[in-house]
Amino acid sequence: MTRLRTLLAACCTTALLLATGAAAQARFITVASTTSTEQSGLFGHLLPVFTKASGIKVRVVALGTGQALDMARRGDADVVFVHDQAAEEKFVADGHGVSRQGVMYNDFVLIGPRSDPARTAGKDILESLRRIETMKAPFVSRGDKSGTHAAELRYWKAAGVDLDGKKGPWYRDTGSGMGPALNTAASMNAYLLADRGSWLAFRNRGALGIVVAGDTRLFNQYGVILVNPARHPHVKQADGQKFIDWLLSAAGQKIIADYKIDGEQLFFPSASRLTH
Amino acid sequence: MGEITTSLMLAGELVASGDARLASIVTLSLQVSLSATLLACLIGMPLGALLAVGRFPGRHTLIVLFNGLMGLPPVVVGLLVYLLLSRAGPLGQFGLLFTPAAMIIAQTILIVPIVAALARQSVEDAWREYREQLRSLGASRLRAAMTLLWDGRFSLTTSGLAGFGRAIAEVGAVMIVGGNIDGVTRVMTTTIALETSKGDLPLALALGLILIAVVLAVNTAAFMLRQWAEQRWG
Amino acid sequence: MGLGMAWLVLDRLGLTENGVCIINDVSLKVGAGRTAILGPNGAGKSTLLRLMHGLLRPSEGAQHWPAPLTQGMVFQRPVMLRTTALANVEYGLKLRGIKPPERRQRAMAALERVGLPAMAERPARRLSGGEQQRVALARAWALEPQVLFLDEPTASLDPASSREVERIIREIAASGTRIVMTTHNLGQARRIAEEVLFIDCGRVVEQSPVEEFFTRPRHAAAQCFLEEEIP
Repeated sequence: MTRLRTLLAACCTTALLLATGAAAQARFITVASTTSTEQSGLFGHLLPVFTKASGIKVRVVALGTGQALDMARRGDADVVFVHDQAAEEKFVADGHGVSRQGVMYNDFVLIGPRSDPARTAGKDILESLRRIETMKAPFVSRGDKSGTHAAELRYWKAAGVDLDGKKGPWYRDTGSGMGPALNTAASMNAYLLADRGSWLAFRNRGALGIVVAGDTRLFNQYGVILVNPARHPHVKQADGQKFIDWLLSAAGQKIIADYKIDGEQLFFPSASRLTH
Repeated sequence: MGEITTSLMLAGELVASGDARLASIVTLSLQVSLSATLLACLIGMPLGALLAVGRFPGRHTLIVLFNGLMGLPPVVVGLLVYLLLSRAGPLGQFGLLFTPAAMIIAQTILIVPIVAALARQSVEDAWREYREQLRSLGASRLRAAMTLLWDGRFSLTTSGLAGFGRAIAEVGAVMIVGGNIDGVTRVMTTTIALETSKGDLPLALALGLILIAVVLAVNTAAFMLRQWAEQRWG
Repeated sequence: MGLGMAWLVLDRLGLTENGVCIINDVSLKVGAGRTAILGPNGAGKSTLLRLMHGLLRPSEGAQHWPAPLTQGMVFQRPVMLRTTALANVEYGLKLRGIKPPERRQRAMAALERVGLPAMAERPARRLSGGEQQRVALARAWALEPQVLFLDEPTASLDPASSREVERIIREIAASGTRIVMTTHNLGQARRIAEEVLFIDCGRVVEQSPVEEFFTRPRHAAAQCFLEEEIP
């Protein structure tokens, strides 16, 4: 009996050590980011190059922008890399982040059935949204306080559609990430707003296609912020800053520009200060 | 039907090709869930045995509580552990969030009630049979509880396996406390969730089939061990 | 050993469970070295034995031990732990805090006395019913109790095993341990016991030396019982 207990305890400790040991050894930073950057495959393309150049591993926790900012606010990330400029600026203003730097942009696209029953196709996102509301065509919303969700709400507001008053069964608030929302839209043949990266990387498209793209209002800005070490002393300031500097450098910006799916560029570098 | 066939073939190809990423994900899944199972057995089985054998106020409340907690939602456990381990939380200083250790902690909490409740049932049945003999020999209740655990070790594998099955299959808790970080905390279930959200349903299902195969393999091993043990010890 | 001084006194002992009276107003003194409790099925033999051993708490009355004696009990169905025969015998000693070298020695000696030294390392649950009962006897005997209670120790055994178990019980008695056993085997009672307690419907209606009980039972229920059992 004693033997077994000792054995169990030994196994247990070993397992725990293995599990935590693997996590403890490498030099790394934790980045709170969005599903769009992760699931579009950009990070898979970008991060190995940075790690090779710097020796710093990057651990990405991919969430909606709202959740990512919240995670950083609790001090659980070193760097935030998200796409909701207004929320990012508030984050910095509240003292949670050091400063916000624009890194790149991609664009949102309105996805819908290729048959386009609401006849939304075109270049004016606001007009298209108004048509969807008028026709009560099924529309899937992320509803998860993500950057995409925030953008969608901004467009509805700009289009003059009062969602609170007019929300009906046609408007499906799914409270889910980009991928699940796309899956839902594919199965319901509904319209939805997506970032181009996630759309291009998405495989289960069904009868959906891009119906609106190219409106300048659809530009989707990504920003990067170092979490404020004054507020969270354990933040890996030096390594986090190194990552940010690299993203904004000519080398980092070129890698971003190089990422393509099916020959199509997904993200466009937009660093205002091109150092080194 | 076509998609399921595709997934089966894909699963076969993935396994046959010895994909290194898949192997590391499967290994991490097993490492995390087996560690959690082991810890949960170390905590839950003595607890279950004491609930079976003990006589103390609040025993019935505890029994009902553990039975009820068998249905703990993984997301709630995940959230709870997240808040505990977050830098802003009471255990933040250890920096355990987004590590396999955090996942082990969350899964342990998730399955302790399962292991304890099932162990209690099994020990209680044995207690009915052994009670007079053990008391006659002068065993205290605590001692009797330990003896019954040791004696029921082969049938208790069932409660351990139930816990393991729940741990390795859950996604809600490990997603939140692990963060699904590629190469660090990505396990079978979070990979499946990720591939589903990328719309790669055949790959997601293929991974699901591999997960089922892994769980079956663990259960088969446990079953054979138990068969052997029962043959040997009766 | 004759009918010596009383070593156990029962005073108006009663047990009621769920409103049903199982043992009713039993007052007696046990002084014999070897006592058999006899009676029809359901009369309360096993319950009385468990009350004496302390496994059950009486709802009325009390039992009194003039001098405290160490006790052991062997049950109708031996409870074997899933380990070796030797470890089963050692278990009781372990509970008494006896350390390994002595524990092993005493356990082995007990197994030898019940004729099972060769089975020491065999899984106990894989032994035959008779062998398991002998291991249970060894487990009780290794503790060298001053009183050994036995509840129908041969009821589930074949004749050969029963004889072996009886031999062991007689040896235990010969080593100075007081024996109290229930049995429905009258021949066995006659071979082993000095004194008989006859119980009927929860009452001890007769307490007599064994020869007297079998030749001249005083109580009508006992007469009736003997006539039915020995045609």
